[in-house]
Amino acid sequence: MNFDFSDDQKMLRDQARKYLDDRCSRKAVREVLNDAGKSHDAALWTGVAEQGWLGVAIPEEFGGLGLGGLELCVLAEEVGRAVAPIPFSSTVYFFAEAVLASGSAAQKQALLPKLVSGELVGAFGVSEGPGAPSPASIEASFDGVRLSGVKIPVTDGDIATHAVVLAREGQGLSLVVVALDQAGVKRETLTTLDPTRGHARLTFDKANAERLGKAGEGWSLTEAVFDRAAVLIAFEQLGGAQACLDMAVDYAKGRYAFSRQIGSFQAIKHKLADMYVAIELGRSNAYYGAWALSTESSQLPLAAAAARVAASEAYYFAAKENIQAHGGMGFTWEVDCHLFYRRAKLLAVQAGGPGVWKEKLVRRLELKNAA
Amino acid sequence: MDFNDTPEEAAFRAEARSWLEKTLGAPNAKASLRVEGPEAMKAAKAYQKKKAEAGFAGLTWRKDVGGRELPPIFSVIFGQEEQKFQAPTGPFAIGLGMCIPTVIAFHSPEGVNRYVAPALRGEEIWCQLFSEPSAGSDVAGLKTRAVKDGEDWVINGQKVWTSGAHYSDYGILLARTNPEKEKHKGLTMFVVNMKAPGVDVRPIHQMSGGSNFNEVYFNDVRISDSERLGEVGNGWNVALVTLMNERLAVGGSSGPEYAEILELARNTPSPSGKGTLLQDQAFREKLASWYVSAEGYTLGKYRTMTALSKGQTPGPESSIGKILNANRMQDIGNAAIEAEDHFGIISDPALAPMQGAFHNAYMWAPGLRIAGGTDEILRNIIAERVLGLPQDVRVDKGVAYKDLPSGR
Repeated sequence: MNFDFSDDQKMLRDQARKYLDDRCSRKAVREVLNDAGKSHDAALWTGVAEQGWLGVAIPEEFGGLGLGGLELCVLAEEVGRAVAPIPFSSTVYFFAEAVLASGSAAQKQALLPKLVSGELVGAFGVSEGPGAPSPASIEASFDGVRLSGVKIPVTDGDIATHAVVLAREGQGLSLVVVALDQAGVKRETLTTLDPTRGHARLTFDKANAERLGKAGEGWSLTEAVFDRAAVLIAFEQLGGAQACLDMAVDYAKGRYAFSRQIGSFQAIKHKLADMYVAIELGRSNAYYGAWALSTESSQLPLAAAAARVAASEAYYFAAKENIQAHGGMGFTWEVDCHLFYRRAKLLAVQAGGPGVWKEKLVRRLELKNAA
Repeated sequence: MDFNDTPEEAAFRAEARSWLEKTLGAPNAKASLRVEGPEAMKAAKAYQKKKAEAGFAGLTWRKDVGGRELPPIFSVIFGQEEQKFQAPTGPFAIGLGMCIPTVIAFHSPEGVNRYVAPALRGEEIWCQLFSEPSAGSDVAGLKTRAVKDGEDWVINGQKVWTSGAHYSDYGILLARTNPEKEKHKGLTMFVVNMKAPGVDVRPIHQMSGGSNFNEVYFNDVRISDSERLGEVGNGWNVALVTLMNERLAVGGSSGPEYAEILELARNTPSPSGKGTLLQDQAFREKLASWYVSAEGYTLGKYRTMTALSKGQTPGPESSIGKILNANRMQDIGNAAIEAEDHFGIISDPALAPMQGAFHNAYMWAPGLRIAGGTDEILRNIIAERVLGLPQDVRVDKGVAYKDLPSGR
């Protein structure tokens, strides 16, 4: 039994934490938050590319380090802990995973080395309006060479160089890859709950695009990308949730009320213990997701759903109760609680919200139970 | 990451499995775990004797007391295999899991010699006598008195929630030897003969209707000073050693789980009147949460096993499991009853789903949320020992036990 990360993976975690503590302090995150013209930290993006993080799970033949999903999970947790204002998830968990899973050799060769170097910033566009997308709801269309339609919101769509987009092709749906710096693409920046990550409405008007994978398989390919991304996002969520718990514990030890540390009151203790329980529950499920991801296990769909459901609940709970533990200070702009409270919601609703994942979980459980 | 045993662990698992097959026959998931009545007790004792003779009892204990000095992971592996065979280990869990390790740590060489081997062979059964009617979560506030009289101590008082007291031969007893001292400092631990004159064991009638525990009265019971465990006044530290072992011993969930209620919902109409309950969105969301909780518990045990396998000792974080399991059991029992609508009130095993297992869960779970540390105490433990939060303000610090308010 070895249900834990290896010493090498833990060393990578320590290095990543140290790097982000150095280069991505909360002050650095706030610089993005406070500057309406900024939606990411470009220097940090260049830095993480130089560290090799973007290509951790990308094979060496495409310029990556050729390590596995477990190393990516380790990095994801640290990115989440730091609330890093970089398009890491869009580029690495969504765009790269989609190209790796369904791209041709030529497409991989054209896209992945640039992605590894940080030159290519990826995004993934599925949503077109309010509510969970379904195969019937997608209206964007692809005629084999040109893409038309609207995707809103696209996370990091304001700064991405390329996007993978789900579009109608004939009777079915296909995934297509599209360069965003062309005449047929209009970008409009959106105001969102989490200004530390950029969002855009992308309007395609006969934009040049290429299909990824087979025609008609777009929905199942998207689901497969989402399953893998769900595990990675779960680690980001747990990193963020743990940071909330650490903040709350620190505050509860230093803040006095009624001449006592507030952490000595059971009302606070039990709240923080519940945060810990939710995070550990998420962690155990996410570890299983990591194992399934790294071994290409048939258990991945169920494990990913469980990891995602548990981690979404843990992050929301930890983020809101961290504010509560801080009292009035927690509601101010200057105290960092809201950075997590904002990011928690972005991570909970991208690639399908909690309701969608609970439904996926139960559907997959029904299949398993019937088998 | 992998779920495989190390070669050494795999070899031990194979050895355990082959011995279990030889001793108990094929694995039997359907057999009852509950040991009741003299015949079942005889069978359990016979099994324990064979287990000790084969060298599978006391795996982690020192060699000079009959153990094999193996790391704790081997004990976990043997337990996993034993569970598949539904081995009748229940009556020995408290004695071998908690009492005897305390005896080994604190008794005289003569005492160790006298008690360890018979307990290991299942010839003598032990119980733990800590909780009292007015000292549960705050067990150090207990009242039972031990008064020195020559070479003996004379015990008077009442213990409660004692599992197996009615079939136990010995117990470890925490009693107050000095009420003039602070409450944690006036306690002493003893070995008590449960058949001694003045020991009176009475079953507790639980809210569920069953009787799984006892209350034990002590009326002028005499214990020789040679049966003292540790120094006079050091009983609290001795008890902490016992309770540390409890964390490793208290285990799994035993009620209906998400899989059982999923099957129930498949055949139950939805409250909307359309389709089945399994198609009801609100129910599906709850099902997802139960799955995440149950899987999280199981996977958390794998993390604990990994730590054990690397030679680390699991800390108080394993308290999480009981909070999750007890609450999930209560919720699933409750949801199953509500799912059946008016019919859900029927307990008759011939009519109720799963022969009434959901009712049992509903009625057992409240006890599980209290036993072995209440939900609230476990949260305090997580907060103080894992997260490092300060202790609550204590009104009993520096005050003699006899001067503490007791509420009655």
